[in-house]
Amino acid sequence: MNATERRIKVLLGKPGLDGHDQGAKVVARAMMDAGFEVIYTGLRQTPEQIARIALEEDVDVISLSSMAGSHIPFCRKLKPLLEANRLDDKLWVIGGNLPAQDHEALRELGFKGIFPSGSKLDAITEFIRREVK
Amino acid sequence: MNAPQKPAMKKVINESGIEVKPLYTAADVAASGGMEMLGEPGQYPFTRGIHREMYRKQPWTMRQYAGFGNPADTNQRFKYLIANGQTGLNVAFDLPTQIGLDSDDPLAEGEIGRVGMSIDTLRDFEIAFDGIDLKKITVSLTINGAAAILIAMYLAMAEKRGYDIKELRGTAQNDILKEFIGRGTWIFPVEPSIRLVGDTIEYCATHAPKYTPVSVCGYHIRESGATPAQEMAYAFSIAKAYADDAIKRGLPIDEFAGRLSYNFNIFGNIFEQVCKFRAGRGLWAKIMKEEYGAEKPGSMWLRMIAAGGGGGLTFEQPEVNIVRGAYYALISALSGTQTMALCSYDEAYTIPTEYSARISLRTMQLLIEEMGLTETVDPLAGSFYVETMTNEMRKKMEEIMAETDAQGGIVKMVAEGTIQAKVSSQAYQMQRKIESGEFPKVGVNCYRNEQEEDHPVEFHPYNEDDARVQIESLNRIRAERDNGKVTEALTRLRGDAAAGRNVMPALVDAVKAYASVGEMTKELVNVFGRYQEPIRF
Repeated sequence: MNATERRIKVLLGKPGLDGHDQGAKVVARAMMDAGFEVIYTGLRQTPEQIARIALEEDVDVISLSSMAGSHIPFCRKLKPLLEANRLDDKLWVIGGNLPAQDHEALRELGFKGIFPSGSKLDAITEFIRREVK
Repeated sequence: MNAPQKPAMKKVINESGIEVKPLYTAADVAASGGMEMLGEPGQYPFTRGIHREMYRKQPWTMRQYAGFGNPADTNQRFKYLIANGQTGLNVAFDLPTQIGLDSDDPLAEGEIGRVGMSIDTLRDFEIAFDGIDLKKITVSLTINGAAAILIAMYLAMAEKRGYDIKELRGTAQNDILKEFIGRGTWIFPVEPSIRLVGDTIEYCATHAPKYTPVSVCGYHIRESGATPAQEMAYAFSIAKAYADDAIKRGLPIDEFAGRLSYNFNIFGNIFEQVCKFRAGRGLWAKIMKEEYGAEKPGSMWLRMIAAGGGGGLTFEQPEVNIVRGAYYALISALSGTQTMALCSYDEAYTIPTEYSARISLRTMQLLIEEMGLTETVDPLAGSFYVETMTNEMRKKMEEIMAETDAQGGIVKMVAEGTIQAKVSSQAYQMQRKIESGEFPKVGVNCYRNEQEEDHPVEFHPYNEDDARVQIESLNRIRAERDNGKVTEALTRLRGDAAAGRNVMPALVDAVKAYASVGEMTKELVNVFGRYQEPIRF
């Protein structure tokens, strides 16, 4: 990272009730190693909490890790909240257990980066670096 | 070139951190401690197995993890598995149930019946187990944060159906400490959570002495990034924390230790896993006998389910997971387990379909019927390699347990997030090793399908309508039940929790009055508070 470059600030959230956070924590470490500042929310975040933290922390990226299949209903609730808080110019990214058949719906819900399990850590961090301007 | 690079005679270190030599001889066995801890099957220190005849007498119980949608959906799946030769049940609950929320709680929206079955009241248990003979088919409840409530519900359901609770067998996972490390279905803070586990142990010791109230899980700690040796060492430290709580209440060790059980993982190197189990059996027996003064052999037994293997399965080339599962089942059989279950090949994607669950069941049945795994006890015993590695794994586990004690003990380390940070750091390092190819994973970093698409997986469908049906049923029960009785039971529950009395009798009464999981949880939260997660990774 160039010293004059601004540090990319990422919110990494665990939406919904699922407690499988191994992946989220692995990605958080990869982001920190890539030089990003990471705000990890911990488990069981509601859409309201994610939107509030994103706003308060003034992040560049809003990223979610979802493992238990409730990503679509969650993101449907999150989208209007992010928009209402004028966070729609931020980069929205989601990773985890995301079946291919859901990717289009997630894209339509505003998620530019979709990283299903099996994605490489460097692919995630390089995508974020490229997309955050 | 697609194959992993492997220079000849490179130093090999297993995941637990022990060097693996190209050849073992009798000298290695002697140097590692000899056969002192080996003994005979069915005799202390039980390294070779907790029973003399093991599978000759009775093969392992087959207990696939199952549950989804409404209790009626799950009841059908249970019957399907039993019709296909399954010999026990392992119940999956949805996330709202697991963290003590009713189906009509706003936080439950989108999660009802998704990763397991939805349970609100005793009525749901009556439906879920309808027509299943609970004497022939033992039931394991995969429940932790809300375990005390669901154990009460299970006992009440069985009693209502006329079973003698004193004779009732079954298991609850009820290992809350590992939920703070991985899996995350905690509700209350650490201390009251341990107290609730103690309440179930104490209650069952008197009222349901054949019921297993706790199954301590190394399993999820391993999934979160622990090595096989850490998996077992941390599980033992956790089991000791529960045992210490029970002893503080005045329970003699031999009155409850025989009803503690374990849940371990089976993915990874075959020999390292098998030696892990053999080593662990000897070590647990030694701990119970020497540290706790247990006298009954049953108190020293490492009774376990050696199962799953989810952490080893891959998204890539999912059908290859069928083969991985078969090797994992072999590990489990060679380990002398009491119970076996396999993650199905589609479980890296979603919960299993009937089809994939049946393949897992057949995999285990093959070992029993065709492969001779039930004929001879502990067939790998006497191998220079296996005996040396068993000794070395046991030493490794003892070292990890001593380190844990030196750092203030497992409860403190969990409460402060130290264990969480350690295993998640290891998970990160492992992920980097997989991505660099240093740790080979077929289909992931070598032998990838470059020419063709991966074979698609057929998904278990999620029925959005299940949530509506479940909420309607809950509303109906709330309207029909005697609400005066419910309020009375809940008031008593809160009083007992606040006064430090065992909450199980009050829970059993509340369950019988058809109080809901969410209502009972709220009363306990009012007294105990909620866990605040230390964000450490």
